[in-house]
Amino acid sequence: MATRLLEGEGELNFLDRLARTTGRRTFLHWAGLTIGVVALGCGDDNGTEPPPGDGEVNLGSGDTGILNYAYALEQLEAAFYTQVLLGAYFTGAPAGEKEILTDIKNHEVIHREFLKAALGAAAIANLEVTFATVDMANRTQVLGAARTFEDLGVSAYNGAGKLLTVADNLLTAGKIVSVEARHAAAIRDLIVPFSFAGDVVDAMGLDKANTPTAVLTAADSFITTTINASQLPTA
Amino acid sequence: MKDTTIFGSLDPELTERVLSRRNAVAETGKMAGVLAVASMPVAFGLLAKSAFAQGTTLPADILAVLNFALTLEYLEDDFYQAGIDSGVIPAQDLPIFDSISAHESAHVALLEGAITTGGGTLAPHPTFDFTANGLLPDPFVSPNYPIFQALSQGFEDTGVRAYKGQAGALMSNDAILTTALQIHSVEARHASAVRRLRGQKGWITGNVSGIEVPEFDPIYAGEENTTQGAAPGINTTPFGPAQSASEAFDEPLTMEQVNTIARLFIVP
Repeated sequence: MATRLLEGEGELNFLDRLARTTGRRTFLHWAGLTIGVVALGCGDDNGTEPPPGDGEVNLGSGDTGILNYAYALEQLEAAFYTQVLLGAYFTGAPAGEKEILTDIKNHEVIHREFLKAALGAAAIANLEVTFATVDMANRTQVLGAARTFEDLGVSAYNGAGKLLTVADNLLTAGKIVSVEARHAAAIRDLIVPFSFAGDVVDAMGLDKANTPTAVLTAADSFITTTINASQLPTA
Repeated sequence: MKDTTIFGSLDPELTERVLSRRNAVAETGKMAGVLAVASMPVAFGLLAKSAFAQGTTLPADILAVLNFALTLEYLEDDFYQAGIDSGVIPAQDLPIFDSISAHESAHVALLEGAITTGGGTLAPHPTFDFTANGLLPDPFVSPNYPIFQALSQGFEDTGVRAYKGQAGALMSNDAILTTALQIHSVEARHASAVRRLRGQKGWITGNVSGIEVPEFDPIYAGEENTTQGAAPGINTTPFGPAQSASEAFDEPLTMEQVNTIARLFIVP
């Protein structure tokens, strides 16, 4: 994970941020500021550092906040599959698996670009992500991470539906989430044949629905940029 | 959430019915190892709680949506149960259809519970004819397993579009909307699994049905849409290959469109 403390930042700031992390779980990173600088357009190659707290991406509030939350997740997924397609596992994969992963990558990029266009000026900046913990040459690791991202995405949209107030936005989220579920089933099937749902669907036949906080916490280790989700609606 | 409190507030007869249904399902063995009985009151309680929180009765428009969904779930549940009972499904494919069948049974129980606790009257359980009045060969006779698979794909893809089309009508009730979304994505998982079993992609390209029965074309009508978001919408074709732009978004169907499809299989 590409976290680092800023030059000149003392222990007090470190502890302060750590406290914020534990106290307010929406501040997901206390030290992932590097990319935020670029993202906010207030830094340059000479490395002028922002004051503490300025490097974060703020998702915003209301429906816009939820759509930015979705945009963040789609950025993460699109970046993941883009890297997968450059890796050794993909290069040597059977044609059927290549087709699935290529399709999914295209879908996620389209989701990302659509949300960016829909959000317009309200869109958050590009997130810095890292998949350093996933060996892109290792089929088990790549597909395992893909399963995690797809199941997480499904649970995220399922949990966020009730937080949207505009029917068109709910419909759009619904159009995306079922495609994520189709992905999840296909990836699971590649890992274990006939395991399209596994234990992710409970005894009542229900998929998971997670809060933004739970989802962003689960995605935390893959997102270097600090995400401030504190203004998102919670009910 | 305190399971006992919520569950205790339910009509005892309803509780018994749901539990006995679950027991009946479990006895067939198809949910063996899948059922976590302890988790059931939590999920069921979610719906019951919302119903009671609103003064025990749900608004008529929400009850209408739940009964619409229930009719579809009856269709799916009966279809898979008949398929499993008939022996038409080869052993190697049984794990998929056992799992799907268990999910559909659970959806029926969940919706029946929500409607009843919400003060509604259950829609009548239709008698289904899965030959669509002679349009198709009997899907439950072993040479016709491909028909069974094709019907399964059609029902699942219809289910995804049906729930998606009703989400907006459930916005006034967070718990029921969330539960409907949780069913919606499970139907999409089913659709992907069955499509792949048939040699199709897990996702829908354009409005291609992949089912050689023209009467099924309405199930895929409109899926070719590549303009997304609130009107006037955003053209998604610049963002990737043309067929991917269609695949990346599933489309809704209206209640009327779905009912037209379902009526093919309902004995009047």
